[in-house]
Amino acid sequence: MTAKSELIPSGSQTVGPYYRIGLDYLAERAPKLEPGSPGVVEIRGQVLDRDGIPVPDALLEFWSADASRAETPAAGIDTFPRGFHRVATDSDGRFSVAVAKPDPAPLGDGRMQAPHMLVLVYARGLLRNLITRVYFGDEPANAEDPVLLEIPVERQGTLVARPSAPDAIVFEWNVILQGDKETVFFAW
Amino acid sequence: MPLVLLPETLTERSGPVFGHGLLRPNDSDLTAQYADEPLGERIYVHGRVLDEDGRPVRGALVEVWQANAAGRYRHKVDGHDAPLDPNFFGAGRILTDEQGRYCFKTIKPGPYPWGNHFNAWSPAHIHFSLFGAGILSRLVTQMYFPGDPLQPLDPIFNSIPDEAARQRLVSRLDMDRAEPDYALAYAFDIVLRGHADTPFEEPRQ
Repeated sequence: MTAKSELIPSGSQTVGPYYRIGLDYLAERAPKLEPGSPGVVEIRGQVLDRDGIPVPDALLEFWSADASRAETPAAGIDTFPRGFHRVATDSDGRFSVAVAKPDPAPLGDGRMQAPHMLVLVYARGLLRNLITRVYFGDEPANAEDPVLLEIPVERQGTLVARPSAPDAIVFEWNVILQGDKETVFFAW
Repeated sequence: MPLVLLPETLTERSGPVFGHGLLRPNDSDLTAQYADEPLGERIYVHGRVLDEDGRPVRGALVEVWQANAAGRYRHKVDGHDAPLDPNFFGAGRILTDEQGRYCFKTIKPGPYPWGNHFNAWSPAHIHFSLFGAGILSRLVTQMYFPGDPLQPLDPIFNSIPDEAARQRLVSRLDMDRAEPDYALAYAFDIVLRGHADTPFEEPRQ
């Protein structure tokens, strides 16, 4: 059960076409991660619309449980959150982001989730951001991930980034906003 | 396709925590980011970030971006025939204090035309991006100004169907915080969603 709300949450509005002037700075100030250094991988791909047309002004935020308020020691509070990355798409709808591959995370009922990140998708046509997840295709734990298993088999693949080489440093993953091949998006 | 309902796991409850080390001098004073002051009506925009139970959200990162006084964004895709201001970038950020308060100093943005429909004009607004304690608290919204006759004509403003909810995005002229002979002030409080509206039962398609 949830407590009865006293206040009503403020309404969401689109990021519009000009968000980069307000939001790009964060990537510029974030510590640079190097794919291939210990624990660091690259996720790259495209954001596409229903017709497969690239979305050139989408914004993605990758969150992992490493970003947790609870998990962050007080002494580290002046540092940039380790599990947070923000990246915009280019004119071809492409993005590339280096992330620390997260550890398995608890579901809350004793079961564990395979390593994954939340991905928030913003674009000018969206009144509210979409929320999805990205898993890593080289992880055997995906087969038993309690969230993936709740999704119809034919759609599970939309959440799994494919390693582009056996060394599993670069992962390919597209976000499809609508249509038959639409990426699975979540709500709570 | 329909959204898939999920439980809130550790990942969803893990909002990124930003520290003061992220910020630079004048990040919250958009009038002081260049050698000279920008043109336009100098204002303070302040308020509190609260959760649904009215508790202050402390240390919340608040990011803003806006057009200049002439209604032009410093962005390469903004083709509006209005001057850029060499002394105005139009972006800022701050962390809320222990009472959930934030304050920006800026200039009042101008309305601007856009291509939604014939003779479409956007009411004056400031974009806000906020981080709270987790995924449900993440919010991107806009602050509008009181008494702007363009608001009823604007499809973005009206994308919020409920009139009372729309009005919560309109700031309030705050003469108590205005600085005599210097700047007006507008108050804008923001409420972040803090928990799931309905208890999670079964995930469904």
